[in-house]
Amino acid sequence: MSTIDLETARRVAKLARIAVPEENLPALAGELSDIITFMEQLNEVNVDGVEPMTSVTPMRLKRRQDGVTGGNMQARILSNAPDAREGFFAVPKVVE
Amino acid sequence: MSTLNTLTIAQARDALRKGDVTSTQLTEACLSAIEGAGALNAFVHQTPDLAMARAKAADDRLKAGDAPAMCGIPVGIKDLFCTEGVPSQAASRILQGFKPEYESTVSAQLRDAGAVMLGKLNMDEFAMGSSNETSCYGDVVNPWKVDERQLTPGGSSGGSAAAVAADLCLGATGTDTGGSIRQPAAFTGTVGIKPTYGRCSRWGIVAFASSLDQAGPMTKSVRDAAIMLGAMCGHDPKDSTSADLAVPDFEAALTGDIRGKKIGLPREYRMDGMPAEIEKLWADGADMLRDAGAEIVDISLPHTKYALPAYYVIAPAEASSNLARYDGVRYGHRAKLAAGDGITEMYEKTRAEGFGPEVQRRVMIGTYVLSAGFYDAYYNRARKVRALIKRDFDTVFAQGIDAILTPATPTAAFPLGAMAHADPVEMYLNDVFTVTVNLAGLPGIALPTGLDGKGLPLGLQLIGQPWGEADLLNTAHVLEKAAGYVSKPARWW
Repeated sequence: MSTIDLETARRVAKLARIAVPEENLPALAGELSDIITFMEQLNEVNVDGVEPMTSVTPMRLKRRQDGVTGGNMQARILSNAPDAREGFFAVPKVVE
Repeated sequence: MSTLNTLTIAQARDALRKGDVTSTQLTEACLSAIEGAGALNAFVHQTPDLAMARAKAADDRLKAGDAPAMCGIPVGIKDLFCTEGVPSQAASRILQGFKPEYESTVSAQLRDAGAVMLGKLNMDEFAMGSSNETSCYGDVVNPWKVDERQLTPGGSSGGSAAAVAADLCLGATGTDTGGSIRQPAAFTGTVGIKPTYGRCSRWGIVAFASSLDQAGPMTKSVRDAAIMLGAMCGHDPKDSTSADLAVPDFEAALTGDIRGKKIGLPREYRMDGMPAEIEKLWADGADMLRDAGAEIVDISLPHTKYALPAYYVIAPAEASSNLARYDGVRYGHRAKLAAGDGITEMYEKTRAEGFGPEVQRRVMIGTYVLSAGFYDAYYNRARKVRALIKRDFDTVFAQGIDAILTPATPTAAFPLGAMAHADPVEMYLNDVFTVTVNLAGLPGIALPTGLDGKGLPLGLQLIGQPWGEADLLNTAHVLEKAAGYVSKPARWW
């Protein structure tokens, strides 16, 4: 059985960009460990020579003409932004 | 008439076409039923003005003789579907205030067919849950009740199931990633079909796990499911996985004749500790199909027990990728920032405030199984097991099996809060009979065929061949008639 330690839980939260308070990490690590342990049943299956599935219905993805099909809707695209200014999405300063 | 909201879609369609009733009357009856059903917490954004305007337009079309089957039928739309100008937030705080500028293909097709949207329906947050207890709007309450305890309607399409069971609408849209249409249908005595992957366009539906998600109808009868599904599906150039196949007339396929059909009973679905009531329900269902002229065949789907663990690798992996878009930049919630916070703090605080605990857990599990060093051990292995699960089904279909009969759920509806202290894996076991169908991309339908000892509905599931919804609906129609299920929840709300 696999266990996720505090350091791994902290790293996963960081990768997922979710702030997890330090005091919640032990409980999170425990829950993640339980789920990972459940998944490890998959190790019982012989998967030699099996291709990993990418598409459940065998189909060739359709292609379309490479052309402009829409546009000129800046205001509609920005209409739901928490902070939009001068036609842009605004975020905290990224470069010093 | 105060009981118009209790009509089936088929009854309402026929009455509308005969001129015995108007869409305006039907819509008013549903709106007043919704008004009186606040205790169920099924409708979370009501759109009465829009509904009355659409009802009037539908009445005009009916008068002009231009009326598709869904014209004038009042329906509810799961909150996962983007609806233009109407809040669509996947029951999540992170999409608080989001009003899409566009309409999902499925809800647009219903709208264009003349269906009347009454409002948006509660669900588990981002469709992650089996009890409708992860919603930012609070729990949905099952209209079924046998003692003082409130029961779950199931999830994630719990609002849709409760609304249909309580006659707040004539039908509702649901979505199903691991059982989210079929499990709540079984818990509420309603009918729910998840079509073949690719049958309904996913465009404009908030994505959970893109290789598994499918929309489908939740209705009061199999005939209604056939009618509503016909209006929802079809090819859509905006979804590259939507199938470019003609949509059959599903209702015309309900001939009631299943003589000579081979129905498989998979032995691996006979779980240890399965309640005797479920076992009997399943055997009775098989007898009914046999009496109708079908041949019942014992079959084996050997990788069944690995479906849940494979699902709980693949679905969170896809979710962690899909939910990366919720960053507080383009839509929805953004956390208040402290002095000196940069963009990383903005992402981390926004997502911590916006996502509930189950969604956070699944995003982190998905992140873990996709991270360097674990990708092969978990994600690729799960995708290989998924291929084996699909191969199990391919094998039995190649042997001439037309449909597969299984229980829909391991139990009847359980009390809200009953799983509060359970480990997350225990909740996942609710999907044990339904999740294989998503992994294999097959159509599956749940329908009520009996009551348990306490008087709660129980459902069976039929699984069909890829693109075989018409045949599957016909078999379900036969089972529905033979079971003669007519129970309705006694009104307490």
